Amino acid sequence: MSLIHIAWRNFCHRALSSFLTTFSLALGVGLVVLVLSIYGVISEAFTRNASVGYNLVVGPKGSPLQLTLNSVFYLSQPIENLPYTEYMEFLSQDERASMVKKFGGDPKLAERNGRYAPFVSGGFAIPLALGDYFGQYRVVGTTPDFFTKLKHGPNVDEDFTFSNGRAFQTYSPEHQYFEAVLGARVAKDMKVGVGDTFNPTHGDPEGQGHAQGFHVVGVLDPTGTPNDRAAFVNLEGFYLMEGHAKPVENVDQFKPQNDDVLDQTIDAVESDEDGSEQDTSTADLQTTVDAGSSETSDESGSSEKIRLLTIPEREVTSILVRNGNMLFAPGMQNAINEGIRAQAAAPIGEINKLMSMIVGPLLTALLAITGITCAVAAVGILVSIYNSMNDRRRDIAIMRALGARRSTVTNIIVFESFQVALIGTIAGWLLAHAAMVVFSGQIEDQTGVQVGFFTTSNYEIFVLPLVLCLALIAALLPAWAAYRTDVGSNLSA
Amino acid sequence: MTQLLDIKRLKKSFTQPEGGNLLILDIPEFQIAKGEQVALIGQSGGGKTTLLHLIAGLLSLDEGSIRIDGIETNVLSEQGRDRFRAETIGYVFQTFNLLPAFSAIENVRLGMAFGSGKHQYSRAADLLTRVGLKDRFNYRPSQLSVGQQQRVAIARSLAGRPKLLLADEPTANVDPSSADSVLELIRETCREEEVSLLTVTHDMQIASRFDRIEKLDEINQVDHSSASSG
Ligand SMILES: Nc1ncnc2c1ncn2[C@@H]1O[C@H](COP(=O)(O)OP(=O)(O)OP(=O)(O)O)[C@@H](O)[C@H]1O
Ligand SMILES: [Mg+2]
Repeated sequence: MSLIHIAWRNFCHRALSSFLTTFSLALGVGLVVLVLSIYGVISEAFTRNASVGYNLVVGPKGSPLQLTLNSVFYLSQPIENLPYTEYMEFLSQDERASMVKKFGGDPKLAERNGRYAPFVSGGFAIPLALGDYFGQYRVVGTTPDFFTKLKHGPNVDEDFTFSNGRAFQTYSPEHQYFEAVLGARVAKDMKVGVGDTFNPTHGDPEGQGHAQGFHVVGVLDPTGTPNDRAAFVNLEGFYLMEGHAKPVENVDQFKPQNDDVLDQTIDAVESDEDGSEQDTSTADLQTTVDAGSSETSDESGSSEKIRLLTIPEREVTSILVRNGNMLFAPGMQNAINEGIRAQAAAPIGEINKLMSMIVGPLLTALLAITGITCAVAAVGILVSIYNSMNDRRRDIAIMRALGARRSTVTNIIVFESFQVALIGTIAGWLLAHAAMVVFSGQIEDQTGVQVGFFTTSNYEIFVLPLVLCLALIAALLPAWAAYRTDVGSNLSA
Repeated sequence: MTQLLDIKRLKKSFTQPEGGNLLILDIPEFQIAKGEQVALIGQSGGGKTTLLHLIAGLLSLDEGSIRIDGIETNVLSEQGRDRFRAETIGYVFQTFNLLPAFSAIENVRLGMAFGSGKHQYSRAADLLTRVGLKDRFNYRPSQLSVGQQQRVAIARSLAGRPKLLLADEPTANVDPSSADSVLELIRETCREEEVSLLTVTHDMQIASRFDRIEKLDEINQVDHSSASSG
């Protein structure tokens, strides 16, 4: 009969007390594992959300964390806006020239390359305009580039895919500038799909609704990123909503000289970017539609020809930038931060800071509390074994009389404590992971992180050794008592 | 003749609750030969159990020496004595001292657990069968009658193939006819396995079956007539 067998018999002999001790330890361990798992889920959610396919967020000067929160996570209030010209600094002279021509603006803008364009070359810069809501979800005004250039997923190599429909276009004959794409969660939650329209509300979720409706042309597949929680609208349409134009005196001086060439200009910009033939035909079509018919315009509540905002009237909340060559990123970030208006923040850095500043300490506190729970459970082991020592003295003396050494009876006590620790830890682990599985649906909904029964966080492997250490410490006192048990006086005669 | 047990000038006293030492045993000489069977009789409180505990190394002596199988056990380290006990001595306690958490067969196996010999299940099963508990292997001590517990204790004491079996009133708790058969069982097994036997009893009927009967009063120089309650 091995010592473990003997320890197990003792464990079973005091079944109720053993069970209660083990159970309380299991609860403690379960809590610790749960907290660790939550920590794992949160940090994965954060890093996953930061795996956005761009390396810098550019926005107005202020808190880089807030910039990251509202541009990457669509949380928190946008601080301020940047003039559109700041966005244009990321573009080449050609692109800038066609914008001046298309939208109207200071002709000088067309005369040079964007200041940061060389840094970006090979990468991209995507403008975001925030401020409106659809229900509780953020409305994000952006360009169709958003869906073609950004990637997501653990290796940041997954394209956006649509569960239904397609990406919005800068201009479509059916809906003009008013197309929208919904994140998976928004569509599900608001029960809106392709073919529906929605009216963003201004400023905050309870704000006044815009008269301008957007046509949903696509719904994204879930990505497990904050994009699931956003309603994307065409930036041009966003600008056209009332109150979105920056009030500028004598706008008229910036209006494009020739309104008639406007659409051709859009076409030129579009084909510059992706060289698509289809866009050309669309734009051609658009010219005719705009010129000849007002039917489609009725939906937008206006039968007039739509005039896009001029460059001075335009603002962006932030710009998502990816450098073609990552080596240029620090240089560009410095250049931007040295300027007066804008700042560039690295989302991953900001998120890590946030984790270590707020989320980290919070979880550390939680972990400390659950650690104390474990320590209490360990004290429970101590009390349970120590209390049984009185009954055991005789057993120990008998075993000694049968030839067991002091060290042997001491080991039996330690094994017993280990048994409680092992069973308690395994039970606690199972409990915690079962709980994770039960709530996996909600966790995935909330964070996009998938958890299964065997999803473990890095720290979990430390739980068992730690609990065994606690058990060893808890066993010291009773083991010492066992060691000191005198045979002669404890053998009943 | 080779002596298996050889006691010389043994003295043992206990501290009394009211203070001071009370000498219990003072044995100038006492021997048991290999394979010999001895009955030890004496009055209650005379120190019989104390003597067995001393021989088993469960108590330490004040003076003198105890030699078993040529080894002076009282000078061994405690560990050495534990080990020696596990391998050389079997002990049937006056109060059986079975472990309540373990079944009958497990109790017998515990008799082999701490020595260096093999822990054979078959040996335990065989011994339990021999003491007539073939159908009680998995009973706990609390589920056994007093006589059955005693027989488990006997099986346990023999499990480790000891050279010396100490039996402290092994028949005190059974009726006279059972007492006879229990005693026969012990003696028989000891003969078969060449185990020396020292049995304590105050039943003269039982003692008379032994070739050699020792009275503790005669080998012990301490006079208990005044100290004892009878
Ligand atoms: N640990 C002890 N401390 C003090 N005195 C003790 C201790 N153990 C035994 N004694 C005393 O030693 C004497 C002998 O006790 P022991 O148990 O050896 O008697 P015994 O001969 O076995 O008696 P019985 O036949 O009743 O079992 C008794 O007077 C007892 O009070
Ligand atoms: Mg006695």
